[in-house]
Amino acid sequence: MSQSSPARRALAALLRHRLAMFGLVVVVLFVAAALLAPWISPADPLATSWAAIRRAPSAAYWFGTDENGRDVLSRVLWGARASLMAGVIAVGGALLIGVPIGLVAGLAGGWLDALISRVADAMLAVPFLILAIALAAFLGPALENAMLAIAISASPVFVRLARGMALEANTTDYAEAARAMGNPPWRTALVHVLPNIAPPLLVQATLSIAEAIIAEASLSFLGLGQQPPAPSWGSMLNSAQRFIENAPWLAIFPGMAIFTLVLALNLLGDGLRDALDPRSARR
Amino acid sequence: MISWFLRRLGQILPTLLILSFGIFALQQLMPGDPALILAGEERGDPAVLAQIRTELMLDRPLLEQYGHWLWRLLHGDFGFSWRIRVPVAELLMDKLPVTAQLASMSFVIGVAIGVPAGVISAVAKDKPLDWLMNAVALFGISMPNFWLGIMMILLFSVQLGWLPPSGYVPLWEDPWQSLATTIMPAFVLGTGVGSVLMRHTRAAMLGALEQDYIRTARAKGVVERSVIARHALRNALIPVVTLGTIEFGRLLAGAVLTEQIFSIPGFGKLVVDAVFNRDYPVVQGVVLATALIFVALSLVADILYMLINPRLRAA
Repeated sequence: MSQSSPARRALAALLRHRLAMFGLVVVVLFVAAALLAPWISPADPLATSWAAIRRAPSAAYWFGTDENGRDVLSRVLWGARASLMAGVIAVGGALLIGVPIGLVAGLAGGWLDALISRVADAMLAVPFLILAIALAAFLGPALENAMLAIAISASPVFVRLARGMALEANTTDYAEAARAMGNPPWRTALVHVLPNIAPPLLVQATLSIAEAIIAEASLSFLGLGQQPPAPSWGSMLNSAQRFIENAPWLAIFPGMAIFTLVLALNLLGDGLRDALDPRSARR
Repeated sequence: MISWFLRRLGQILPTLLILSFGIFALQQLMPGDPALILAGEERGDPAVLAQIRTELMLDRPLLEQYGHWLWRLLHGDFGFSWRIRVPVAELLMDKLPVTAQLASMSFVIGVAIGVPAGVISAVAKDKPLDWLMNAVALFGISMPNFWLGIMMILLFSVQLGWLPPSGYVPLWEDPWQSLATTIMPAFVLGTGVGSVLMRHTRAAMLGALEQDYIRTARAKGVVERSVIARHALRNALIPVVTLGTIEFGRLLAGAVLTEQIFSIPGFGKLVVDAVFNRDYPVVQGVVLATALIFVALSLVADILYMLINPRLRAA
């Protein structure tokens, strides 16, 4: 036990977790598709063709073509960009907003803690998607605004988590020791507390990315995210709805993409939780 | 109990105050001048614009505007729709029964699937049945509900022709038709809730089954079915009840997209239409109403928790 660090043990546990590894491989494939979209797409995702409108999937068009004759496979590959960007940037933003505020609340205590906690409560009282829709509505429809809206809506979860963990960590011996050695509070927080609360934050971040990807698809579906003709899975599903009777493939493939990516992230998140947090037998 | 209730209220009131300020402040993010949107055709007339600004108090300091807005809110005045000039409160009351019907049906479906599945899964821990149930729950959680909705329309309306793809008939007009129009969206929403409840029920059951009183019950020869149903489940349900109440609140949000797909005229459709018509008071009204329902539900959850947990009740 003294030979291996907790991080190494956690990594070993994760590598043994077959479902989590499967999730990781799928996520990596999606990231690769997003990065390599310009090279691996069979066609330009925006190129319309009046000669090939709503063609069923075939050898020439693996996923078929849409109502403007655009290649659905290429649009799904390019759409991975909007989804992954929204997921990663929005959750990154939520971490940047939520974690410092949560740490301050947990470590400072007093009226500041009370104020921050009540603001987080107020934000959590509005269901995630409704808050994101309201923010996106007032900010105006665009992918950047959707990401901002999702980041803000996702941040109170991190405030709460970081606050709770900081409160707990602050009573431990190592925090006590750090303070006794004369470390200023910010140093205790950043150097001693933060690394110790990183694992649960990482687990939550993975699960939040899955949620953010669904939120981006939802906002784009409603017309509040990525604007057409730029490809995004949500907006593809929106236009697919009108052709569900005679071109169901338009709805099947983008939806499959969202479902597969979110499933993979959830598998990875669950695996990370098992590997990093031996205490949590819940959920 | 009473002091606990007062303490809880002491937490809720500041939360509500902050919430109301946040929702009020959303206006400040708005691109453009509200007076210009409201004036419509007459936007060229400075007199009209000035009149609108005075009426909406847009020329006053922000805090004064908020105070006035909050005062009216406390009297049940949610403002009026910019688009159709109808009080927002009236619109909300109009749509609430529709969403409430959908949410209730979804909740019943979710509980009916989730709780038994969680119990079975916990009892069959690490067996193929447990594995299968976990896989189904994970699928349910990962499935974007709007896609599931579209796929169900494809199967049950387009391919099989069993159910109408969209529309809504109020319950009091034609209960049978009302059920036919809401069963698919209710199922779509219900699967999500069911998946979450399944996971919570399973975890709670596993926790309960490890307790000493279970060992005692088994040792004194209680039949296994009774051990599970009367001893373990009753205790496991305590956390599940509170979580279920909160899930019910979340259903209201999930309804936004589902209502959009099935063209059901509830809260979700109201807010989305309002967003596109730039009818901001209606957007604020819906956000506020959902938040109030959610806060009320979590208070109900806390009270239920107190009532069903004798240890807390005594304290």
